[in-house]
Amino acid sequence: MTQATIARVVVPKPSLAHEVRATLVVWEREMIRFQRDPARVVSSVVQPLLFLFVLGGGLGALVQAGTGGVDFLSFLFPGVLAMSVLFTAAFAGISMVWDREFGFLREMLVAPISTTSILLGKCLGGASVATIQSVVVLVLAGLVGVPYDIPMMLELLALLFLMSFMITALGLVLASRVKQVQSAMPLVQMIITPLMFLSGALFPLSRLPGWLTVVTHLNPMTYAVEPVRAVVFARLTISPEARAILDPGIWWGSYQVPVWMQVGVVIVSAAILLFAAVKLFARTE
Amino acid sequence: MDGSSMGAEAAVEVRGLVKRFKAVEAVNGIDLSVRTGETFGFLGPNGAGKSTTIKILCTLVDATEGSARVAGFDVATERDAVRRSIGLVFQEPTLDGYLSADQNLRFHGELYGVDRSTAVARRKEVLDMVGLYERKDDLVQTFSGGMRRRLEIARGLLHSPKVLFLDEPTIGLDPQTRASIWQYISELHRREEITVFVTTHYMEEAENCDRIAIIDQGKIVALDTPAALKAGIGKDRVQIATADDAAAIVALKDRFELEARMVEGLVTFSVADGAAFVPHLFEKLGIAIRSVAVNRPSLDDVFLNFTGTSLRDAEAKGRFNPMAAASRGR
Repeated sequence: MTQATIARVVVPKPSLAHEVRATLVVWEREMIRFQRDPARVVSSVVQPLLFLFVLGGGLGALVQAGTGGVDFLSFLFPGVLAMSVLFTAAFAGISMVWDREFGFLREMLVAPISTTSILLGKCLGGASVATIQSVVVLVLAGLVGVPYDIPMMLELLALLFLMSFMITALGLVLASRVKQVQSAMPLVQMIITPLMFLSGALFPLSRLPGWLTVVTHLNPMTYAVEPVRAVVFARLTISPEARAILDPGIWWGSYQVPVWMQVGVVIVSAAILLFAAVKLFARTE
Repeated sequence: MDGSSMGAEAAVEVRGLVKRFKAVEAVNGIDLSVRTGETFGFLGPNGAGKSTTIKILCTLVDATEGSARVAGFDVATERDAVRRSIGLVFQEPTLDGYLSADQNLRFHGELYGVDRSTAVARRKEVLDMVGLYERKDDLVQTFSGGMRRRLEIARGLLHSPKVLFLDEPTIGLDPQTRASIWQYISELHRREEITVFVTTHYMEEAENCDRIAIIDQGKIVALDTPAALKAGIGKDRVQIATADDAAAIVALKDRFELEARMVEGLVTFSVADGAAFVPHLFEKLGIAIRSVAVNRPSLDDVFLNFTGTSLRDAEAKGRFNPMAAASRGR
C-alpha cells in the first residue's frame, strides 16, 4: 500500500531567491489591500491637510513677524509631508495585530521562510503605501509657495519612503507586544503623536527650551524630518537669517550633523527596529 | 520501526513526547507511528493534548522531552525541512478575507516557493478539488465557514506536502458540510501520495480514518483501526425507554449489576450480546418498557470504555470553562 517514492515535491531548498519571493509577495499583499480601500487615502490625508491649511493658516498671521518674511505655510509644508506618511506607516506596521487576530500571521510564520523576509516585505509595503499617499500632499506644493521641481520631488519621495520604512518597523515592534485589536490604535496615537511633536515637523529646532532640545535630538524622527525640510528649503529663495531661524539644521553641541549622516541615523534606526521586530515576532509564536 | 531508516519510513514517528506548561503536563509521554499513505485520526476531548501534539509535530511548539520525526525529518533540528514537507489546516481560520481565494493561494505558493511554471495549474487543481474554482476571484470575506475551510484545505495541499495535518477541520461546521469535508479528505488519497493526520472530537468522524489513537489527559489510551477498537469492547449498547427511567436505572443496577445512564433521553447501558439480553430484561426489570434499541458499539463507547467518561461529558466540561480548556489545550 505504502511506498517511499515521494509525490511531486515542488518546494525548493532554502535559497535567497525564495526569500526574495516571500518578501515580494508580502509587499504585494499590502499593495492589493491598499488598492482595495481607496477611502484610506482620503481619511489619512485629512489630518495633514488640516494641519497645513487650518493650523498653518490660523497661526500664520501670528508668527509672520518671526519668520523673516517666509510664508509660514512654506515652513510647515515639509513637516506636514512627514506627518502624512507617519500615521499610515505606523498603521501598516501595527496592522500585524489584525493579521494575528484573523490568523493570517500564523499562515506567514509557519511557512519555511525567515521571519526577516516577511517583516521586510511588510516594511516595504508600509513604506510604499505611505509614500504613495504623500503624493496627495506633494501636489499641493504650489499652493504654499513651494516650486514644482522634479528633482526635489524625487528626493522628497525617497526620503519619505525611508522615513515610512522606519516608522513601519516601529509599528511592527509595537504590534509584536499588542495582543488586542482595541488597544492597537490608541497605542499608535500615544507613540506617534509625541514622536511627531518632538521632531521639529511643526516648529523650528532653533530657540527651543533646553529640555526640548535634548528630547528632539534623541528622537529619530527629527533626523527623518530635517532632510525633508532641507531639500524643500534649498529650492526656496529666503534670506540666510530666515533660514537660520527656520531651518538651523541639527547640531550635536557645536557639530552640525550633515544631511547624509541624518539619513544614516534613519537607516540605522530602521535596521535596529526591524531587527527588534524580528526577534520579538520569532518569540511570540 | 527505526525512525531514521529509509525505505519503509513512517510518515510520523513520535517517541516519548512530553510537553509541560508550567505545572500542567499537556502531553504526557506519547509514542506513535503513522504509516505513509494512511489517514490517521487523533481523537480526544478538548484539552486532551491533541492540539499541543499537532503543534509540536508542525514545529510550532518545542517538546519538553522526547522526539518526533515528520516525513523523515526531526521536528526539533530540521524545522524548515519539516515545514516544507507538511501542509497545515488549523482549527482557527488563517485566510486573508480582503484577498480573493486565488490570491490567498498565490500568496501561499510564493511563501513556499512553489515552482512558478506549474503554480497556475496547481492552483486550479486544488481549487477544483474542493469545488471553489468558479469562486476563485471572489473575496474570501464573502465565503461561508464551510467554503473557507475547503479553501484552507486546498491551500494546505498547494505545495504538494507529504503529510497533511488537519486540526479539527470540521469544527463549527454544519453536519452536511462536515460530511463533504470528509469526502474531500478521502478523495485526497486517490489523487495524491499523501499521509493525513487529523484530529477530531467528533466520534462519528473518526470512523473515516484508517487507524485512530484515542488520547486522554495527555496519554494515548488506545490505538488501532476503528473496527478493531470497537470489536475489542465486546459489548453492545442498549437503549430503552421506560415508564419510570430513574427506577429503571436503579433496577438495572440491583438486578443485573449494570451501570446505566441517561443519554439523549434514553436509559443507556452496555452489555455483552445485547440481543440475547433483551428477553431477560423484559422478564426481570419490573418496569414497563416502551421501546428497545440494541446497537453494535460505537467509537463513543470505545472512548467511554478507555477513559471512563463519555466524550460528550468530557466535552461539556471543556465548553463550560472555555478559558480552562483553552489553556489546557494550548
